[in-house]
Amino acid sequence: MKRRLRDAPAAVLMLGTSMVLLAVWTIYPLVRAVQTGHLSCNQTGTQCIDTGWSTYFDVFMSKQFQDALRVSFWLAVMTVPAGLILGVGLAVLADKHLRGIGFFRTVFSSTVATSVAVASLVWFVLLQPEIGVLPDLFSGWIPALKNPGLLRDPDTALPAVALSSIWAGLGFTFIVITAGLQSVPKELYESAYVDGAGSFRRFTNVTLPMLSPSILFISVVLTTRALQTYGEVALLTGGGPEPEKSTTTIPYLIYGRNSIISSDIGLKSAAAVLLFLISLVFALVQFRGLEKRVHYGN
Amino acid sequence: MAYGAAVAQVRLERVTKTFGEGADEVTAVDHVSLDVQDHEFMILLGPSGCGKSTLLRMVAGLEDPTGGDVFIGDRRVNDVEPKLRDIAMVFQSYALYPHKTVAANIEFPLKVRGVDKEQRAAEAMKAADVLGLTDYMRRKPGQLSGGQRQRVALARAIVRDPAVFLMDEPLSNLDAKLRGDTRAELVELHRRLNSTFIYVTHDQVEAMTMGSRVAVLNGGRLEQVGTPQDVYDYPASAFVAQFIGTPPMNLLQPGQLGSSDVRVGIRPEHLLLASEGALDGTVRQIEHLGHEVLLLTESPAGRLTARVAPHADLPVVGDAVRFDVADRHLHRFDAITGVRVS
Repeated sequence: MKRRLRDAPAAVLMLGTSMVLLAVWTIYPLVRAVQTGHLSCNQTGTQCIDTGWSTYFDVFMSKQFQDALRVSFWLAVMTVPAGLILGVGLAVLADKHLRGIGFFRTVFSSTVATSVAVASLVWFVLLQPEIGVLPDLFSGWIPALKNPGLLRDPDTALPAVALSSIWAGLGFTFIVITAGLQSVPKELYESAYVDGAGSFRRFTNVTLPMLSPSILFISVVLTTRALQTYGEVALLTGGGPEPEKSTTTIPYLIYGRNSIISSDIGLKSAAAVLLFLISLVFALVQFRGLEKRVHYGN
Repeated sequence: MAYGAAVAQVRLERVTKTFGEGADEVTAVDHVSLDVQDHEFMILLGPSGCGKSTLLRMVAGLEDPTGGDVFIGDRRVNDVEPKLRDIAMVFQSYALYPHKTVAANIEFPLKVRGVDKEQRAAEAMKAADVLGLTDYMRRKPGQLSGGQRQRVALARAIVRDPAVFLMDEPLSNLDAKLRGDTRAELVELHRRLNSTFIYVTHDQVEAMTMGSRVAVLNGGRLEQVGTPQDVYDYPASAFVAQFIGTPPMNLLQPGQLGSSDVRVGIRPEHLLLASEGALDGTVRQIEHLGHEVLLLTESPAGRLTARVAPHADLPVVGDAVRFDVADRHLHRFDAITGVRVS
């Protein structure tokens, strides 16, 4: 106890910087958002009245929020498993000691250095019915590519946004999984090989279990990222196509330029706090659900 | 005990392994020929980088020989997959699956072979029983001590009932006390299983205490094969003479106690303190080991280490001493090639 007290000043000093940063950039805004969520304001934000916790309930139950929640949920369903499978697949392929594999590793990880804006712009051009390459090549199989265009069709707009999002997130997944693969002891594979395990059995008995901490991490990060998707929507569809608003995610409902609540800071704050809670629940569910299957080695 | 029925000689014929190409080419194993008899406990001994592990990995099928042939029994196995070679391997790091229980680890080789669940469990329990692991079957490797993990790795090897056991420095991750105990247990296991063991180590104590025969490797080449006592008593080269024995054999400068093209070697225990003697020197250091004393001396013939009994009238540091040595205890090696001159 004495020793703890003696160490306290040094501990506070060392933790101080992080604590200040955390307080200023995370805790204070969160507390303010929760407070602001109680308010209902006029157009200019000059007059606000406290409406209490019921604002949260009203926002959550509103059709707009429920629609946006559904869109965010489907976006996560489309992007997380596909992003994980593709990322793990590419990382396992690139982990082979083949000539020239370094080139592919660079290519696969390149999207980590690509901003959402650039990625969205690339896909916007690729999918443009008038000038895009993809409609020219594949409209024979998928007519919606040309008419009206994937981003303009209410049924295909969200999958198209998901496509761009998966692509943009692939580099990050690839790098984390590659790092995970490189920490798997070579002897485990050799032992399994000597015991007669073929490549599929080695993958399921060695690679996947040893990657499980990385996979859990990626799964939580990709889910949170999917729930927070804003940039792709703003640049590719503007939350549309109208009137279905089939790509209006919760963040776009909060910040988007033609959002119905964009002028009410109280409603925006309430929606943001709800998004935080929803992300938290998703993360907890994943931790709980995958915990037993995750092995942190010895 | 139903283990160890198969007959398994391992024969290596001029086996060579090179890594890299062109200017970067490195020869890890250089034309090694070796016969390992059925039921033999063969030790591959040598310093780091001598090619002993590469040689073992070629027997396992984890490396392809660049040249030469590997036979297990009468079958040339150069192009045979490891799983069809009737071998089991124990790795230095044990290579246990951290996410599987002890039972599942031991059962894994059987599972791969499609053995049904009940038989798997029974076989695993039998192997665990041999190694005293039955109380730990539901634990994960992370919950076991180093020694217990090492036993799990052994159990996973014996559950396959292979003709040949390949072991790559399996004791080197254990502490000294446990290593000593496990050495004796491995010898006992070899006796019980009555199988062929090929065991890689850089530790000459393991080699001397466990092996039926020892193959000493240096720089990818086989220096000598023989029983531990033979290798100790009649080292085939200056390298073997110095590698085996603690402290190592004293090697005199060329010309000392012989002609100028010969280097004479003397084991420390054969240097006797005497008032009259062929070698003289000055004591630089004295190491008391309890049951014996090592005298480290500087002499015109080179550094000499003598192993003497701990008695009262020992010299002290700085004393001039003389050593006598019987002629039959002199080992003679070619001054240039290092090869024994009989």
